[in-house]
This record gives sequence, C-alpha cells and structure tokens, in this order.
Amino acid sequence: MIDAPLTAVSFAPLAVALPIFGAALAFILRRKRRTQRLVTIGVLVITLCLEAWMLATVWGGGTYSVTLGGWAPPFGISMVVDGFSAFMLVVSSIVSLAVLLYATSQGMADGDEDGPVSIFHPAYLILVAGVSNAFLAGDLFNLYVGFEILLTASYVLLTLGGTTARIRAGTTYVVVSVASSILFLIAIGMIYAAAGTVNLADLAVKLPDISEGTQTVLHVMLLVAFGIKAAVFPLSFWLPDSYPTAPAPVTAVFAGLLTKVGVYAIIRTETLLFPGNRLSEPLMVVAGLTMLVGILGAVAQTDIKRMLSFTLTSHIGFLIFGVAVGNQLGLGATVYYVAHHIVVQTSLFLVAGLIERRAGTSNIERLGSLAKLSPLLSLLFFIPAMNLGGIPPFSGFLGKLGLVQGGAELGSPVAWVLVGVSLLTSLLTLLAIARVWNKAFWRKAEDATDPDPLLLVGVEAARGATYDIVADEPASRYSDRGNTALLPNGMLAMTAALVLVGVALTVFAGPLFEFSDQVAGQLLERNNYIEAVLGTGQGVR
Amino acid sequence: MSTNITLLVVMGVLFAVGIYLLLERSLTRVLLGIVVLGNGVNLLILTAGGRRGQAPLYQDGLAAEAYTDPLPQALILTAIVITFAVTAFMLGIIYRSWVISRADVVADDDEDLRVSQQSTFDFEEDSPVPEDTTEFEGEDSAPAGNHPEKGPRA
Repeated sequence: MIDAPLTAVSFAPLAVALPIFGAALAFILRRKRRTQRLVTIGVLVITLCLEAWMLATVWGGGTYSVTLGGWAPPFGISMVVDGFSAFMLVVSSIVSLAVLLYATSQGMADGDEDGPVSIFHPAYLILVAGVSNAFLAGDLFNLYVGFEILLTASYVLLTLGGTTARIRAGTTYVVVSVASSILFLIAIGMIYAAAGTVNLADLAVKLPDISEGTQTVLHVMLLVAFGIKAAVFPLSFWLPDSYPTAPAPVTAVFAGLLTKVGVYAIIRTETLLFPGNRLSEPLMVVAGLTMLVGILGAVAQTDIKRMLSFTLTSHIGFLIFGVAVGNQLGLGATVYYVAHHIVVQTSLFLVAGLIERRAGTSNIERLGSLAKLSPLLSLLFFIPAMNLGGIPPFSGFLGKLGLVQGGAELGSPVAWVLVGVSLLTSLLTLLAIARVWNKAFWRKAEDATDPDPLLLVGVEAARGATYDIVADEPASRYSDRGNTALLPNGMLAMTAALVLVGVALTVFAGPLFEFSDQVAGQLLERNNYIEAVLGTGQGVR
Repeated sequence: MSTNITLLVVMGVLFAVGIYLLLERSLTRVLLGIVVLGNGVNLLILTAGGRRGQAPLYQDGLAAEAYTDPLPQALILTAIVITFAVTAFMLGIIYRSWVISRADVVADDDEDLRVSQQSTFDFEEDSPVPEDTTEFEGEDSAPAGNHPEKGPRA
C-alpha cells in the first residue's frame, strides 16, 4: 500500500511526531508557563482531532499501513491503523487531554510558578507520544521503542519533585519496568534469530514454519514481558506499591493508559502472531488469580488511592479473561471493556485527587461527611464507582455481560469457573467501593479517627471558600495553603467531563458494541492486517 | 545458522552476573546489574544476526548473502541509547535517594507494613452488636438471669 492515496491514515506518524515536537517546544518554553500550557493543550487537541479523523476512516472496517522512510516492508518501519489501534488512540487521547486540563487547573489554582513542575508538560507529551507509538507499531521493535518512550516519561512523572516517598516508589517502578523491558528485548532477539524478522505481519506469515516448541517459548516470553507491564498476577505487585505516591493527575493517567498498553500488546500478539488459543487455559487461570488476588488486596486497603490501584490490577484480569476466551464475543467485549476501564479508572483517580484536596487525606479512616460537604463530589465519585462495580445499566455491566457471554459460549469447565470468579470479583469490588462510600461520604466526620479540621468546619463556612478557613488549625495538612480554592472549578469540570465520557460509553453502547464486535472479527481474521502491510495476496491460507 | 561459541559463553556470563546484581538490595549494584544485562541482550541480538560478513554497504557484484545482516546492528544501536538514558535516570534517583536518606538500599513501603500489621478487627463493622431481646422501649432489654454472660461489652 505504498502508493495509497492520501487519506487520514497517511498522517498517522503525526500522532507520534506532534507530541514529540510539542514536548521539545514546551521544554524550550519552560520559563513561560502560560505559553507552555497553551502549547501542550494545543498539541493534544490537534492530535486528538487527527486520531478521531483516523478512527472515522477505519470505522466501517479496513486496515491501512504507512511505511516510514521509504523502505518497503518488512524491512522498513511500518505503522498500522486498524479499528482496534485507532479506537485505542482516540480513547487514550481523550483521557490524556482531560487529565492534562485537570492538572493545569490544579497547577493554576496552587500557583506553582516556581516549582520544579516545568518538566511536567514536556514529560506528559512524551508519554502521549510513547502511547501512540505503541498503539500504531507494526513491528515488535517499534513496539519496544514505544514502550521505552512512555516508560522513560513515566519515570520522570512518577518521581516529580523527588520527595522521599516518590523516590522510594520510583526505584521499585523503574527497576521492575527495566527488567520487563530487558525480557521483551530478549524475546525480540530470540524471535529475530528464529524467524529472521520483527515485522508483525511478516512474523504472522513465518512463525507457523517454526517448530511448535520454539513457538511456545517465544509466546511465553512475550506474555511474561507484557504481563509485567500490564500488571497481570503474579507480576502485578509493583503497581499498587508505586502508583499511589505520585501526584493525582499522574496516577490517573498511569492507571488509565500504561497497563492498557500492555494489554493491547497482549491482544495484538495473541491474535496476530499466535492464533488458535494455544495457551487459553493457563491464561484463564492467570486471569482468575489476577481478579481474585487484586480485589482481596483492595478490600484490605484503607487508603482510597491504594484501594483503586488494587481494583485496577484486579480488573486487568477481566481483560485477560476476554483474551483467553478468544472467540469473537469475548474479544469484542474485551475491546469495549478496555475503553470502559480506561475512562472509569482514570475518573476515579481524579476524584480521589479531589477528595484528598477537599478533606486533607485519602485515608478512609480519617474521612467523613463528604456527602454533606460536597454533593457534587459525591455524585462524581458515585457514578464511576457504580460503573466499576458493574451495576446495570452502566458500561461496566455491559462489558462484563459480554465477557460472561463469551465465556459461556466457549463452555469449557475452566471458562465456567472463570465466569463465577468474575462475578465474585464484581461483588467484592462493590464491597470495596461501598466501604469507601460509607466511611468517606455518609459517615459524620466527628465519628472518624483524627479527621482533618477541613472536614469539621460547617457546610456554610466551607462553601466556595479557600484554605483560609483552616489557617489557624495546625492540625490540618493544608493549613498553610492560604488563599487557594478548596475545589477549583477547572478540576471539577474535567472530572465531570470524564465521568460524562464514561456515561456516554453506556449511552452509545449499541454502536460501540457493534464496532468492537467488528474489530474482534478483524483481529481473528488476520489476513486484512497482513495484506495491508505486505501487499495483497501475501496472507496466510 | 552458525553462531560464535565465545559470544554465547560471554553472553551467558553477562546474564548470570546481571541477574545476580539485579537481585541485590543496594541500588548501585542493581544499576550495574541493569547495565550488564543490557550488554548481554545486545550480544544476544548480535548473535541472532547470523554469521559475520562484509560491511553492509552496497558493492557491485557482491551476493546478498556475503553481507552482514544490518538490522540487528540498528536494533542494538537503539537499545544502547535506551539503556544509556535509563542508566542516567537511575543514577539521578540513586543520588537523590542518597541525599534524602543517606541510604543506597531499596526501602520498605510504610503503607505495606501498616496493612500487614493491622488487625482484622474493624471497630465499626466488627464490634458486637448489643443484643436486643425486646422491642418495647423502656423495658429492661436483658431480663435478670437470662444469659448474663452474653452482655454486649467484651
């Protein structure tokens, strides 16, 4: 498809290039905060429009590839745009834009003109570039590069400010990520030795010629490498340890995007390189354990951010379940569930950031009265929380229903056990959520252990007020914040926008499910991908 | 595909040393482990490229098989750059960790320790509920002689 007419897809490389150039510009402008903010937001808006255009192009089906640098595939670097990658690009860009505006509003409210956060905007754009590159990558090595770009940016974002807690969490995170990257690189080396190519489409053609045993080794190595990045049990323990210490917007965007890139890579390799569900049963066991161990961890936590990190790893299990089921129903539901999970988990982390601002802590033992103090905040927590728990009619329910149907259609004993485990996990998620709701929102602050004085001033005094209301209370964590709004409108607005996107996933579930079903069909029928990259007539069988 | 046995042995040693260092608790050693492992992987990719040949610059009349495979070299170049960036960042973190706490070891997570030490007893959820034996207000809810040991207070 080298002589393809100019379409939206021809501009796919810009989805990576724009944020990188934007990052460079934002770094040059680090002393001019307003211009820097404008550049970052502008770049993300343009990228989002471009990606939406690409999604519109591939909405009805069809796969396109762009070859960079004039080298014909499989030697050159190709980027592939199909329904799945375009959809993931759009969802991830919506989420990153919302989080960026939230962070900007927080920064403007706090007046961080002299903090070390001038690096935030460039690093954030690099993260977006890495995520886009990973979604578009048409060969394994470019996928590796995409991972490294986003990971390096995430190291910087996670250790922003360099406080004790963040350095401690950052160390674990960096070492684990580097270890997984090294494993991935080893797998790439092995695959190159075995098949002589790293191009995904070319590999899909050539891998069947390799002996079954070698294929299994390569398959498992890739799965382990991606499993660490996607936080799949037993490789998930780094995540709840490192995410909660970062600033709220950073945790939110990490929770939304980073693990999902790992899941994307797993889905891509499972369907394109190793079709036929050879490791279906082990994957199902792993998926079940991911769900159970994660959610049991969530129930034990008292800190909202940590609790959410555990539900994050737990719900990765649902996605792996869908991949392991591997039929069109299951894969389609997985595609839908990925979008749901990105949006809902990110909005919950944003709400956790707001709770911490409003109440001085995110420890539920010390929280209370929030339903009375801020009904809007309660609503913003309640909707995505119920969505996460899978209460009808929200998108979480629809996604889980799809997964359960896929499992039931497969009908093997392990699949039925997994259906049971997924329902139990939903129930336990609801329990974890209900604990937060009861303690933080419904309980009176007076009943909490050592509540922050912020919670004890009356509703009337706190309405629209600033941290001045606790200026004389040394017991409050924010007593020195002074004339800063408790809940800046921009932060509330962006959280509300993301919650609304989550609701939109429910409202437009019909067309979206149709689309994700078609995407699953494309993933299973691999020839359109292979022929888009290598040319017509090169497909398998 | 023919391979160089010396390279394979060196690669094995690098992997062994790298993994050993990676499992240490001292951050500097972990970093050295990452560097050594990274070089081991580079050798692996080089070996994957097959046997040695002419430099991959086009010459008239030379068969395609006579050239060295250039792709692994391009991959290694990228991998070296990435390892370099990560090493620099890790050094920054280690230095910061040293400035903050004068320690070069991986620290324990406070919250993890707290959760592992917390009791399973939750005051609000697990306190014994006072047993109500009557629905009428004002009456003595625990009639005399009726299981006095079952009182609400532990």
